[in-house]
Formats: sequence, C-alpha cells, structure tokens
Amino acid sequence: MGRLEPNDRSSTSAPLVELRDVSKRFGGVHALAGISLEIPAGTVHALVGENGAGKSTLAKIIAGAIPHDSGELLVDGRPVTLRSPREGLELGIAMMAQELLVVPHLGVAQNVFLGVEPRRAGWVDRRALRVRYRELAARAGFSLDADRQVAGLRVAEQQQVEIMRALARDARMIVMDEPSQALAGADVERLHAIIRSLAAQGRTVLLVSHFLREVLELADTITVMRDGHIVRSAPATAEDESSLIQAMLGRPLTAAYPPKPRVAPDAAVALRVRGLVARGVDDVSFDLREGEILGLAGLVGAGRSELARAIFGADRRQAGSVELAGESLRPAGPLASLRNGLAMVPESRRELGLLYSRSAVENVSLSSLRGHSRLGVVDRRSERRAAGELLSRVALTRAGGESIVGTLSGGNQQKVLFARMLMCKPRVLIADEPTRGVDVGAKRAIYDLLVGLAAEGTAILLISSEVEEILGLAERVLVMRRGGIAAELVGEAVSESAILAAAFSEPAVRQAA
Amino acid sequence: MSTEQEQSAVAETASPPAPGRSALLPAGVRWRSAGILIPFVALFVALSIGSAPFFSTTNLLNIVDQQASTLVIAVAGTFVLISGGIDLSVGATYGLASVVFAELAASGWDPAFAILGAVVAGALVGVVNGVVSTVFRINSLIATLAMSFVVAGLASLVTSGNLVLISNQGASQISTAQFLGVNMSTWVMLAVVVALGFLLARTTYGRYVYAAGGNAEAARFAGVRVNLVRVIAFSLSGAAAALGGVLDSARVLSGNSTNNTTLTFTVVAGIVVGGTSILGGEGAVWRTVVGVLLIALIGNGYGLLSLNPLYEQITLGAIMILAVGVDAWSRQVRG
Repeated sequence: MGRLEPNDRSSTSAPLVELRDVSKRFGGVHALAGISLEIPAGTVHALVGENGAGKSTLAKIIAGAIPHDSGELLVDGRPVTLRSPREGLELGIAMMAQELLVVPHLGVAQNVFLGVEPRRAGWVDRRALRVRYRELAARAGFSLDADRQVAGLRVAEQQQVEIMRALARDARMIVMDEPSQALAGADVERLHAIIRSLAAQGRTVLLVSHFLREVLELADTITVMRDGHIVRSAPATAEDESSLIQAMLGRPLTAAYPPKPRVAPDAAVALRVRGLVARGVDDVSFDLREGEILGLAGLVGAGRSELARAIFGADRRQAGSVELAGESLRPAGPLASLRNGLAMVPESRRELGLLYSRSAVENVSLSSLRGHSRLGVVDRRSERRAAGELLSRVALTRAGGESIVGTLSGGNQQKVLFARMLMCKPRVLIADEPTRGVDVGAKRAIYDLLVGLAAEGTAILLISSEVEEILGLAERVLVMRRGGIAAELVGEAVSESAILAAAFSEPAVRQAA
Repeated sequence: MSTEQEQSAVAETASPPAPGRSALLPAGVRWRSAGILIPFVALFVALSIGSAPFFSTTNLLNIVDQQASTLVIAVAGTFVLISGGIDLSVGATYGLASVVFAELAASGWDPAFAILGAVVAGALVGVVNGVVSTVFRINSLIATLAMSFVVAGLASLVTSGNLVLISNQGASQISTAQFLGVNMSTWVMLAVVVALGFLLARTTYGRYVYAAGGNAEAARFAGVRVNLVRVIAFSLSGAAAALGGVLDSARVLSGNSTNNTTLTFTVVAGIVVGGTSILGGEGAVWRTVVGVLLIALIGNGYGLLSLNPLYEQITLGAIMILAVGVDAWSRQVRG
C-alpha cells in the first residue's frame, strides 16, 4: 500500500496510460494533433489550457468516450482500441463527465452498483447490495444514505455517487472533466480531499480543470495544451500560475482585423446594466457607450452567454435593471428588446438562431416583418428588396436570398443572422460568439461588419472565446468568472495575459479602471 | 442526397437556371411536392380509365362535397401541425358544434346566429387547447386528447345523449342550397381553403406559424410570440372543426354529440399524407387539400371498382407510413 511516488518510475514497468502520436479531427478541425503523453500509475495528472485547446477531447479518448483517429493508445504498455466508456472501464479507467451520468430515479446504492448488482438466481439481492454499499462508502469516506434518490442529491453528492461507481468497478484510473466547475465553497474542498485520498490509495486521477490554483495544489504533473498540441508536461512543483498562463499563450494570428473604432469621449451611454442577477449571472453592472465595442471574455461556463440572455430578456432577470438609452427595459423579453433597439446574435445559430428549412430572405425579415407588411399581409417585393440589400451588405450575394438556409455554409448562415439583426436597426447589438464555426474569410467579413456598425454609432457587446478576437476588436474588455465580472481592462491594460490571468485566477483580480 | 440540394441552391445562384427544374419552386420544396402529386395524379388517371362513372361532374362534385367538412377542418389543422402541435380534439369539437347549432336552431335562433354560436364555441375549445398546451406546457397530443373527452362529455350533457332534430328548414341552407349547380357546403369549403391558404402563405401570421414550428426557441429569440401564435392556430382549428360540424348537421338536419374519432384521424391523415411535417415548421394548405382528396379518391375508387373495402384501410395506412417516411428521410438528407 502507500502512495507510489510519481518520480519513482523504476518500480513500475510501464505507465498506466500512454499515448503515442494520437490525433483527432472533428470535421475539418484538428482537435488533437500528434499527442504523445505518459501517465504513470498512482499519480494525479492535470490537463490545462484555454477553451478549445483539446483537454476534454483528450480526456474522453483516454476514457473511451470517443475514439481517436490515428496514433496509439496503450494501457499497461499494451495497445488498445476503446470503442466505448464501457471498454475503458473493463481496463480500469472510469470517467466522471461534465454532465453527470446518474439514473435520477434510482437510489444511491442502485446507481453505484448499476450493472454489477449482487444477484441471487437472477434477482437483485437487495440486502447484499446494501452491505456492499456500506463497505464501499466507508472505504471511500462518504456518508450518503444508500436509499436516497439520486435526483434529490446536490451536484457534489452526485459526483460522489459517480466516484463510488468507479470504485465499485475497481477502477484504477478516474478521469475527471471539470469536476469543480459546478461546485461551490466547502464542496470544492471536499472534492479536493477526495482526489487526494484516491491518490493515497494508489489510484490514478486525470484532472481536467480551468482552475490553476486547484491544479497546482493537487497534481503531480501538469500538462499544458494549446490548439490541440501539448506545449509541455512538467512536475507541478516546477510551475506556478504565471508560468502556466505563459505556456497557454501565443497563438498565431488567424485573421487580420480592421482598425478599431474610436469612441468619442462624450458618447452617450447606450446600455446600462446594474446589479443584474439571473441564472448563472451574479450581480453584474456595466455601461456600454454608443459606438463602442466592449469585449466580454471568460472561460466557457463563466456566465457570458447567460449574461447576454438575461440582458436580451430571453432568460428571466431575478434582480437588477437594464436601461437602453436611459430608459428602463420593461417588461423584459426578446420582443420588447428588439422593439427598443436591442438585438442579439445568439451563441448557437442552429438552436437559437435560424429556421433551417426556410429561405434566407424569410430568415432575415423574421424580426421586422411588421415593417414590410400592410394589414398583416407581407409585402413580398419590399421584403425581398430590403433583405437583398442587407444580404449584399453582409457579403452574401443577392441571388442567395432564395436559398434554403440549411443548405448554406456556416459562414453564410451567420451572415443571414447578422442581416436579420441589421434589419432591426439596433442601437445595441449583443454578438455571442459571432465567428464560431466560420471560415477565415467570413470571419474578416464579420469583423468588418462589427466595426462598421460601431462606426455608425451602434454599441456592441462582443462575446468571444477567442481572446485574440477580443484583442483585435475591443478597446475595453470585461472578464467574467463564476457569473461575475472578475476584471475590467481598458486600453493599454488589455492584453492576452491580463485576460487569461483574470479568467483563470481565483476571484478578486480587480484592476483599477 | 445533400449534394443534390446544394446543387439546386447553386443552380439558383448561377445565372442560367438548370433547364426546367429550379425555376418553378424554391429549392428543397421540389422533391416532396412531387411526392404527393405523383400518386394523386396517377390515381386520378387510373380511376378515369378504369371506371366510366368516375370522371363525371356529378361524381367529382360529390367527392368534393362529401369532403367539405373534412377539408375545412384539415386545412385549419394544418396551422396547428406547422406551428408544432397536433389537435386530436377536432372530432369532439365537431360533435359539440353540431349539437350547439342544432339546439340553437331548434330553439328558434336565426340560423346565421346559430352557426356563429357554434363556431364561437369551437374557437373557445381551441383557445383552451392552446393555453393548456403552451402556457401550462402540456404536450398538445395529450392536452387535446384529454380535451376531446371533456368536450364530448359536454356535448352529451347538452343533449342527454339524444339526437337533436332541427325542424327549421332554413338552417339547412348553409349546406344544401345550390349556387351555380354546386352545393353551398362546397362553396363554404372553398372560401375557407382560399382564406386560410392566403393567411398561411402571405401574411405575417403565416410566417410566424412556420417559425414557431420550425424552431420555437429561435423564433422566440427573433421576437415572435410563439405561445400566442400557437393559441391562435388552435382556435382556428377549433372554429373550423365547429364549422365542419355545422355543415354536416345542416345537411342531415340533426345534431349528434358523438366524439367523432374517425374524423379526427382522417383529418390528421390527410394533413400528413399531403406532406405537412408532423414535426412542425413545414407544410402548406394546398398539400392538405391534395392529401385529403387523395384519401377520398382511394375510398371512391374502392367503391366504384367494387374492390374489397377491407383493403381500403390497409392502403390508407401504407400511404401514411410512406408519407411520414418520406418526410423523415428528406429531413435526414438535409441534415
């Protein structure tokens, strides 16, 4: 027993998991390119990196949740092909995913032993189940009641169920994807204690986390990823927060940016948000001026899209106020927002944006049909003319207007969505990930459009996971973290390292404005 | 294949359209239009050849007139399906309207007001359907099924389960009066079909119906009041079911409170066979007209050719599966 020292490699013949030149593509995008990594048994190994660096993909490949395209995956020195998490489990590798996979209406013990229940003549032996559960819970140091329904448990407790489930199958390695993201306060501490005790029992933990302090505290080895590559793998003792951030930085430019618009110093406030509280948003206040592009940065899950939805009125506001040009926006709702000049290009054009089976023209005019109709009858000529003009302004050829939107490329779909917002003539535009899934050429067209709108006086709130995009377009940046504004950066203070530092570090990195 | 769709989209952006194809209909619509028109025309031609009495004014007008109430109800039901719901209460509403109309006419109301009263009652049923399925978020399949029991029960309460005879001959005018040699019920049906066809294809409301069913959340983000759009669709369906009930009870001069489930399913079958998507967001009034008439032609054909009527239902079932299959398939192809 006792913990295997991570540096004591001589005693272990082969690493528990080894990857050799592993690659993975999603469509045309290289999610992972030539990853080689060794994870010795009995260590806590952390993966860090920006959004989209490939951490989760790598973790899922190791656990068997998704297959890799090329390269070799070795467990105990033997090459394996994992086609499902179940096959990973057979080799002793369990996964605790971001979305927990518990059966909500079964009890704790039944969830823990799901599929491996003690049986007698084909029937589940409930007494044996309970006895074994109690042994297991005692061994793991958990105190969850065997019969409680999982649906009623808190996230932290559901995680414990998942961990016990892995232990019940005698997993040697547990892959945890952002386990502390959904936790708060004492639950985070408890999770850390659990990870330490797993390591003390000689089990291996692969920890994917956004929280650098957590990673530095818990991990033996930290691997930094960027753009699907490994930047470096080093002992945690050799790293600190700033060295990790440095390693995550330095992406090459992928698109050039138009010159940033100058905001007149006396420009009026177009959007004023005060004390806004909503699902995933905790007490946010800021001002946005006419003609300004305000960047909203932060990690996935920090609350940026939730903030956008709450401002736009798509989600209910629990507290706080939203003012447009000095007037309070009430009652809240997408329709009220649009009528008052607040438009939004939502994060997901498929789920929240477009009608895929209708034409581009119909999609463009949907939010402003009233302006192109008489007595409720659509004036199709006027509609087509107006939509055609906007489509050519966003650089989609006029002839494309009759095409069914589902047949257009991602970039052109995004342009259709922008054209819809332009038709509403917004004074404030929220653009949530406006260039996601868009090719480089279309990106530049969208940047030009945003800057052009700002030059005409439209106030723009730009949400992006690509720090580079925020740097290229915004003069002022808000960085969100755990639902609140972690930092406000202006002018010279806006830099990739400052944004990442605020996004990754524990709270209260407030820079004087 | 999706490449075919892309090609057709490209064909429209390129200056000379591909000969004889893309100019007529917008991209993506073509395939499924043919999907319903081909069997309809084929059956029509086959019956014209195979049965002498089929292709006669009397028989054709008869078919249309017999389908008048079904068409009225199905055309309005198309709005519900496109907006993303389904209305299984039309058969019961049809019965309720029938007895409301009969009772009002029997108690000496002017026939016009009796019709209006029945239609308003139907629209109210629709409003309840709409509110229950949107505001209270109860799946419309269940909500309208439950509502059909409530409505049928109400109708039976009104009549104590008896037939209500209409002695007022004037009340039958709405169905049996003739104009240009065609029954009034057919004219009423034509008026409804044209009006609702225009409402769906040309008005802002029609656009919102497609948006609500195509992607409710996207429609909401675009400023469409999805719930309101759906409530209106349900009340159109309820009003139309009532009008159908009035047309038929005026014809037979009696009101009957039975929950007409066969009618409900014929209506849904007609809409779906026409090619309106059961998943919402796609469809058209003309499709429903073709779908309902196709089913009627099958019935008519079995009668005229004296085939075993037991096969009629099997044929109908097979065609429905085919229609829904084509819908699912074309969605998959589009991705």
